[in-house]
Amino acid sequence: MSRAVRFAPLALLLLVIVALVWRLATPADTDVHSTLEGKRVPAFALAAGLPSKPAFSSGDLATGRPHLVNVFASWCVPCVTEVKVLQTLKDSGVAVDGIAIRDSAPELADFLLRNGDPYERIGSDPRSQVQIALGSSGVPESFVVDGKGVIRYQHIGPIEQGDVPMILSKLEKAR
Amino acid sequence: MMLCSMALADSNLPPAYWSNRQLPDPKQEAQAQALMEQLRCLVCQGQSIADSDAELAGDMRDLVRRRIAAGEKPSAIRAWLVQRYGTWISYKPTAEPAAWPLWLAPLALLLVGAWLIRRRIRLKAR
Amino acid sequence: MIAETGLAALWLAAGLAAIQFVLMIAALRTETEVSRAMRSIAVLQGVLTLIAFAMLIIVFARSDMSVALVFENSNSAKPFIYKVAGAWGNHEGSMLMWVTILAVAGAFLGLLAHRTGERTLLAALGAQAVLALGFYAFLLFASNPFARMWPAPPDGQGLNPLLQDPGLAFHPPTLYLGYVGLSVAFSLAVGALLTGEVDSRLARAMRPWVLAAWILLTLGITAGSYWAYYELGWGGYWFWDPVENASLMPWLAATALLHSINVLAARGALKAWTMMLAVIAFSMSMVGTFLVRSGILTSVHAFAIDPQRGTFLLALLAIYVGAAFVLFAWRGAVLKEGAPFELVSRESGLVINNLILSVILGVVFVGTLYPLFVEAVSGEKLSVGAPYFNAVAGPLALLLAALVGIGPLLAWRRERRPVLKKLPIPALLGATALAITIILWPQMNMLPRVGFMIAAYLAAASLLPLIGRNPLRAPFATWGMVVAHFGIAVALLGMAANAAFTVERLAIAQPGDILSVGPWQVQLQSVVPTAGQNFTAVEAELRATRGGDIITLSPQTRYFSDPPTATNESAIRTFWNGQLYTVVGKQDVSGAWQLRLWWKPFVTLIWAGGALIALGGALALVGRRFRFSFFRRREKADWRRERYA
Repeated sequence: MSRAVRFAPLALLLLVIVALVWRLATPADTDVHSTLEGKRVPAFALAAGLPSKPAFSSGDLATGRPHLVNVFASWCVPCVTEVKVLQTLKDSGVAVDGIAIRDSAPELADFLLRNGDPYERIGSDPRSQVQIALGSSGVPESFVVDGKGVIRYQHIGPIEQGDVPMILSKLEKAR
Repeated sequence: MMLCSMALADSNLPPAYWSNRQLPDPKQEAQAQALMEQLRCLVCQGQSIADSDAELAGDMRDLVRRRIAAGEKPSAIRAWLVQRYGTWISYKPTAEPAAWPLWLAPLALLLVGAWLIRRRIRLKAR
Repeated sequence: MIAETGLAALWLAAGLAAIQFVLMIAALRTETEVSRAMRSIAVLQGVLTLIAFAMLIIVFARSDMSVALVFENSNSAKPFIYKVAGAWGNHEGSMLMWVTILAVAGAFLGLLAHRTGERTLLAALGAQAVLALGFYAFLLFASNPFARMWPAPPDGQGLNPLLQDPGLAFHPPTLYLGYVGLSVAFSLAVGALLTGEVDSRLARAMRPWVLAAWILLTLGITAGSYWAYYELGWGGYWFWDPVENASLMPWLAATALLHSINVLAARGALKAWTMMLAVIAFSMSMVGTFLVRSGILTSVHAFAIDPQRGTFLLALLAIYVGAAFVLFAWRGAVLKEGAPFELVSRESGLVINNLILSVILGVVFVGTLYPLFVEAVSGEKLSVGAPYFNAVAGPLALLLAALVGIGPLLAWRRERRPVLKKLPIPALLGATALAITIILWPQMNMLPRVGFMIAAYLAAASLLPLIGRNPLRAPFATWGMVVAHFGIAVALLGMAANAAFTVERLAIAQPGDILSVGPWQVQLQSVVPTAGQNFTAVEAELRATRGGDIITLSPQTRYFSDPPTATNESAIRTFWNGQLYTVVGKQDVSGAWQLRLWWKPFVTLIWAGGALIALGGALALVGRRFRFSFFRRREKADWRRERYA
């Protein structure tokens, strides 16, 4: 048996071990990120989630002002605390719009009554169609969209109090 | 041991119309089924959307069936999804360079194996 | 007290393993007479770990909540059998089971092995002890199963309903016996590489161990596949999930090893291949256990994700497999091969068999780890799943199945007769099957079509070794081979039938609606709420008719609160020609219920085939051990006369 053949298994093992060590050291990010960062928001037109609120379509995102689009639902547990953080953002002058996933008007109304209402518009997405079109994979997620309707940043998971400065700076950059 | 069974936080809405109904045209349903088996579930990440109980998987099945019924080709639907989620969402390896080693692997292994046993078998009859 | 006894036994066993390691070095370097001592210590080590494992089972059986592991994984409300099974249904307990099997295997090796040279055996016992040492360290320092907690809580947390299933309770032990059984082959290979005694004697000593481990792995994988089929509720039986692959890879290596051992035993050839396969088989077991416990690959089987545990296991893997590979590289030069084999001979057939099995193993390995490699190198995330594995492993497996029909017909050294003349009938059967599928089902996919053809051909060809001789005088080992190869054909037939003929019906139905699936008319009669010991459920009553048969099925969806999960309990009815598989899902907005119905013709042949393969192995194990055939008992072994064995 030639030397190459005898040492080949060892070399392969080394390669595998290195890969596995790398994976243990840098744990996998199990979130699936949208690939639309830097691209225009896909066209959509959603009916109003509540009769008291205006409907939400992609045209509302290209008015010159940056928006924070929040993908949420009344049945989503972390959204309850996130709404308060969104309220803080709204109070700082941010335009917050919501896309309610698989939701119904009465439950939405109840949710907003109990937790606060930072949304300018709420679109109803009963079959997750727009969620999928945006490349979002769960609730809650938020997208920073600039004045021209281009997605600048995707935030996976609830926006926490500590994330507020970062979100504000992203919105600043999106001006 | 964890199975990705129905999630804790589920909506109260019933599944979308076409999540769990078959298309009336059997050919289209077969096309849709074949595509669904190749799309990875975003929630239960170890399964395809064809056998996932997650709600988002149901909505994606609904999306696939609607589009196939409307005449869209499976490859177009897959491409649309890959445009939004990246290659992660398709189990079917593409023709892109990153996937070439996968297709070369069996060939390379066969060749290496054949080379290793080249002296073990006397090919010329005595 | 009991827990402390267990812990003490474990420490003692670890100490003995360390002593065994020292004795091995003494035996190899200084030719000291340690044989009796080594064997006795190996046996003692096995006994001690058995005591430790028994202590763990006792604390679980008694629901002793002062032991942290019991608190986390058990509950006094569990049925007794699941309390016991709970002992190994967690990370620490299953690692203790792993190390127990390792030590007990070493004990039996010390007790029973007489066929190898004494030095090789001592080296092997030492190697086995070294393997155990790493795992003892892991248990004692990082995963203590006997850790106590004060104050003892009143009751435990572990009432996961998914773990209260007979299949799930016994699937791990069967697989572990298989995985860890391969450690003996590993140790014997390491021992033989150290002493240089790689020969047919070694092969005959390894064979029963590999056979036993392989039989258990076959059973474990078959059972796991059936469990997934009826539990997951979508009718699939193999998903190429990383953990499934982790069980398949040792099996593929063990199958190749089994056949390679036969060549080493009969001709004293294929030394390097056999040693390498013996090392790889257990290495794959270790890779499997690492993948399951480290959480680095996404899987439905995610066991206990803890990167720290993963690091420890990776270190053990690197050390053990690395040392074995270094040994192979260093000592490989002494593995001299003899003359080449004739092209048409049993040996060549087995070499090609090894080659194809190794390629399939390589493909599964590459496919499983490839996404990780790509992400490490370029950051891109891609997914490798069933489409890839089926496309690559499928044809290779079919090719192998075709060759399996021919191999057993070849004689050792050189096949002079025209063996192909024996194959017209199987070939004809295969061609007929192909023709039938083309005529009756022109739209069938290629893969199932070829599957039918090869299954028909192989079913006949696998029986040929018994033809032309008195089958009742054939050795058990030959019967074993025939049954196992026939089992492959049966399983292949089941897979082809499942792929080609499954009828699926997904619909939303109101009570009174009738759905047709295949030859069945299924009527939803009612959906009623029901409850069990720790769950509430909705149960659908279905009335299915086919010609004159009328049956009722009651699939359920069960809702548990602790932890909050829901499971599908499918209702399956088996007939001679297939299974009717029914699942009830969620309710629609109109009050109608989601139903999933499948008629799966001949699907049970898949697992029947797996059982036959295991049975074949068992026959071979008994046959070679005791040299039985039906009439001639304890026949003197003369492999030259055993043309087909």
